[in-house]
Amino acid sequence: MVTEMTSTQDRTNIQAKTGKNIDRVDGRLKVTGEACYSAEFPLEGIAHGYIIQSTIAKGTIEAIDTSQAEQLPGVLAILTHQNAPKLNSLKSKNFGGGYPGENFLPLQDNQVHFDGQHIGIVVAETYEQARLAASLIEINYDEAEPMFDLEQALEQSERYDPGERLQPSWGDIEGGLQQAAVTIEETYTTPLEHHNPMETSATTAEWHDDELTVYDSTQWVMGTRGMIARGLGLPEEKVRVISHFVGGGFGCKGFFWTHPLLAAIAARKVNRPVRLMLTRQQMFSSCGHRPRTVQKITLGADNEGKLTAIRHHTDTETSFVGDHAEPCGNITKMLYACPNMEIKHQIARTNTGTPTPMRGPGETSGTYALEAALDELAVKAGIDPMEFRIINHADRHPQSDKPWSSKHLIECYQRAADAFGWQNRDPRPGSMREGDDLIGWGMATATYPGYRFPTAAKAQILANGKVIVSSATHDLGTGTYTIMTQIAADTLGLPIERVKFELGDSKLPIASVSGGSSTAASVSPAVRSACEAACFKLIEMAIADNESPLHDYQAEEITTEAGRIFVKESPEIGETYEAVLQRHNLPLVEAEISPQDKGSRYKSIAARTKPGIVEDEGGSDEFAIHSFGAHFVEVRINPRRNQVKVSRVVGAFDVGRILNQKTARSQIYGGTIFGIGMALMEETLLDPHSGRVIIHNLADYHVPIQADIPEMETIFVEYPDYHLNPLGARGIGEIATAGIAAAVVNAIYHATGKRVRDLPITPDKLL
Amino acid sequence: MKHFTYERASDRTDAITQVAANPQAKFIAGGTNFMDMWKEGVETPERLIDIRKFPGEITVTDGTLRLDATTTNSQVAYHSQVRDRYPVLSEAILAGASPQLRNMATTGGNLMQRNRCSYFHDVSYPCNKRVPNSGCPAIEGINRMHAIFGTSDRCIAAHPSDMCVALAALGAVVQTRKPDGETRNIAFKDFHLLPGDTPHIETALEHGELIEAVEIPPLPWAKRSHYLKVRDRHSYAYALVSAAVALEIEGDKIVNARVAMGGVGTKPWRSPEAENALIGAKNNEESFIAAASAALEGAKPYQYNVFKIELAQSTLVQALLTVNSEQ
Ligand SMILES: Cc1cc2nc3c(=O)[nH]c(=O)nc-3n(C[C@H](O)[C@H](O)[C@H](O)COP(=O)(O)OP(=O)(O)OC[C@H]3O[C@@H](n4cnc5c(N)ncnc54)[C@H](O)[C@@H]3O)c2cc1C
Ligand code: SF4
Repeated sequence: MVTEMTSTQDRTNIQAKTGKNIDRVDGRLKVTGEACYSAEFPLEGIAHGYIIQSTIAKGTIEAIDTSQAEQLPGVLAILTHQNAPKLNSLKSKNFGGGYPGENFLPLQDNQVHFDGQHIGIVVAETYEQARLAASLIEINYDEAEPMFDLEQALEQSERYDPGERLQPSWGDIEGGLQQAAVTIEETYTTPLEHHNPMETSATTAEWHDDELTVYDSTQWVMGTRGMIARGLGLPEEKVRVISHFVGGGFGCKGFFWTHPLLAAIAARKVNRPVRLMLTRQQMFSSCGHRPRTVQKITLGADNEGKLTAIRHHTDTETSFVGDHAEPCGNITKMLYACPNMEIKHQIARTNTGTPTPMRGPGETSGTYALEAALDELAVKAGIDPMEFRIINHADRHPQSDKPWSSKHLIECYQRAADAFGWQNRDPRPGSMREGDDLIGWGMATATYPGYRFPTAAKAQILANGKVIVSSATHDLGTGTYTIMTQIAADTLGLPIERVKFELGDSKLPIASVSGGSSTAASVSPAVRSACEAACFKLIEMAIADNESPLHDYQAEEITTEAGRIFVKESPEIGETYEAVLQRHNLPLVEAEISPQDKGSRYKSIAARTKPGIVEDEGGSDEFAIHSFGAHFVEVRINPRRNQVKVSRVVGAFDVGRILNQKTARSQIYGGTIFGIGMALMEETLLDPHSGRVIIHNLADYHVPIQADIPEMETIFVEYPDYHLNPLGARGIGEIATAGIAAAVVNAIYHATGKRVRDLPITPDKLL
Repeated sequence: MKHFTYERASDRTDAITQVAANPQAKFIAGGTNFMDMWKEGVETPERLIDIRKFPGEITVTDGTLRLDATTTNSQVAYHSQVRDRYPVLSEAILAGASPQLRNMATTGGNLMQRNRCSYFHDVSYPCNKRVPNSGCPAIEGINRMHAIFGTSDRCIAAHPSDMCVALAALGAVVQTRKPDGETRNIAFKDFHLLPGDTPHIETALEHGELIEAVEIPPLPWAKRSHYLKVRDRHSYAYALVSAAVALEIEGDKIVNARVAMGGVGTKPWRSPEAENALIGAKNNEESFIAAASAALEGAKPYQYNVFKIELAQSTLVQALLTVNSEQ
């Protein structure tokens, strides 16, 4: 590890720690159990909540009998629609239709819209008492026929209209198909899936008079604050949301669900802090899922393999109490060059819980279908699948015709293919064997938008030489604490140990949802600018101070390094941060960058950063910004056993500048594993009669375990994308999930000659 | 949670006496199966008598291998006598659960583990096994994991154990002691019961009857044996189908055979049909295919588990090919 920079000659110290394999700064806290998660805050007088859920998918609650439960020792309160306070609508201008999560307010009426709907909460002295009481509550329903069959729902149920945005088309699709030398038309289906992070969702709510503090396992403290305030009719300043550590979210903690509101009203009711932790079982009905999709893809290509038509029709679902749906076609319109395009989404309302983004919403399900279909077309055209993709490479964004901010997809294909040994592939299905095992090699393209959201940050340089930097962002286990510490340390030229990064608190400068793989790209420029701004204040103080060696120099002449401000041309003329502060008798100097601030205005410091860094906020209207990548996968299948073993994965990714090799790689591994899970095993089943979720534990909901995952090789083609932000980093996470399922499926075809178009590919589907 | 009392029994007699005294009392060993169901409200014991600390030894007398009921699954799987003489048993155990679970789980508990039917595990559904005569939603519900042999119109849940499939193939004997002091030797095939009209009665044990040990007769040719399991992921998943096989081969003839299957029966499913088809036949793929079709004759699939017939056949063939190629 690089420690303190001593060479004052090195003017590129932004590279000193950024990009390196720095260990997680919060690693020790986590392995020693000191990291405090939302259900672990030890508040005095805490009471415990337990959610009561519907056991039907549709109907009316006719009666709730809580008398037996109320008599139990320790029970403090039971809230149901019969006695819950009125809540205010969550809808707002910002979150009209399409807001992922539920608009749904709990306990406001007796209607049941899906299985496991939260219909009450018990509060008791202990968790066990609350749970026992909940089990003794008798509920009578007037059950109605639930709508949960997707096909039937599309014919008979209400629809959700997502608007024109999800239905783009251009060119002449029929004409394109007529021109084609080869065409395919196939339907690909994906099941209902659940995020299943290790930490189940939890909220601890505590009131102080009319002020509410909520410890919530959320990927979005600001959003949660807004929703709670709106629901309870409080000004936002009266609500504080804290989320210091999140044990994985994958989307299910990104938006708003009912449990934080329930915890808040329960805490007010019993006048004590209330801890509400969902059980693993409840995670299958309380905070969203990836909805089922049926995707019909029609493709045509000419004799040279150039695509002449792409049609991607998605049928999917949302609930009766929310609007999120899976936009599978979104990536189709940007991934390949094609003159004729037709994207459609039909969304039916079903009596399931509200879907929510999960590990690449739309991108993951969509790339699965598109990349599997493309493989089928390449085979039919007799062209190598990688070559086929290169032939159809989109040099500009196909819909907007904007140039890409930075796109190196072809290099990704080539480097991953070389590392994998793709040139040795015999294209004939079933042709590659080892012993009894059939071997299959498949590949697919990965892509994910480069998002950057408005973010503020604050930096404080303390008189004791330490630095505290903060932003209301989150660390879902992804490494935010670490990379932001690295960036701050580099900006000020300090060792990691002198910098502390704080996050996950709505009192901190505003940040947006940690979703859409946006955090690194959004927060790092704000952190850097805030550090520069704080340092600049010190420089100004020194210049104005006739006791300072820097007195009367111009700001442009001064730079910083290793905790000192000094004259660029004569580094010996200068002083430490502490010296300035101590002389002024100040405990600290601080600066806050608001989301509106356009980049770094502190040229004196910025000037020493790498040449070529664009000093604006990026994310422009001029460029289309996406990450890209290529997955290559090997599978082995014993044809009698039919169990697919993924034996090798190589991926190359074009994700901009890498801020920390270790955390970046871990993100790719995690994303890849999700994709393997999606391809081979993940599925939540609904009972065909009641429409209820019948799988709700991790023994039956299969996610990959060690034995399913091979050694993975990850290559980063590192091209900083300065159009997105001055650090050149795009986010890393969902990019690795997009496409990998198709690469697995394509490898299975290559091994067996079988095209399975219904995920997951469990052994029965290969018979 | 519901209140309960817990005690660590001092010895077997104490354990049996204590459980026999209370109809709502239960033995608990590793707790790996029991605790899951307890948390889900499927089991609601008033009293738990812990037997896990009883000595768990593996001994050999006159070639018979004896596993105390409280030997752990890991201990048995890695025991040299088991690995050398009954590879099928070691492999079956190691194909089940996870290392952590196998370190806790015991032989007795493995025999007594209850099924994985989703409706059984969710108390908001009716289930004849949990509440006699309440109904069986699995018959017309999601029954992908369910049995195709030994079902009744009351229950179709598959027996989940891997270890028991090997024990069925090896013709093990379960030694028990009843509350009145009588000891019994129960043949493995008689230990687990078919659901019939009483799916809630799963084994031949009386209330309070303790499994003391499992004995495996000497079967020298079981050296050539194998367990093959097909599942939805590579570890830590119950069997879709599995096969436990042992072959004795002389020249090009099979002179002795054992075949049992997992994931297909409402109890560990020994297949005399397959064994008969193999004995006297040539040790080649053709015989194995014939045996596999004999094994699956009479299977009765449900809506979502039709695949088990073909998958069980091909798994059985693969298992037989594997033992055949050994030596
Ligand atoms: C997530 C998970 C995955 C699993 N996967 C598999 C798998 O793939 N394959 C597989 O075969 N198994 C699997 N198992 C099951 C595991 O093998 C069993 O849970 C274990 O064998 C039970 O042993 P135990 O000692 O923990 O039993 P306990 O849970 O302690 O007891 C189970 C039952 O046995 C009774 N009992 C225990 N000992 C005696 C005795 N001596 N006499 C009479 N009654 C007794 C108890 O009263 C109780 O009713 C899995 C379990 C889990 C939790
Ligand atoms: S199959 Fe058996 S265990 Fe499952 S619901 Fe039916 S009766 Fe209950």
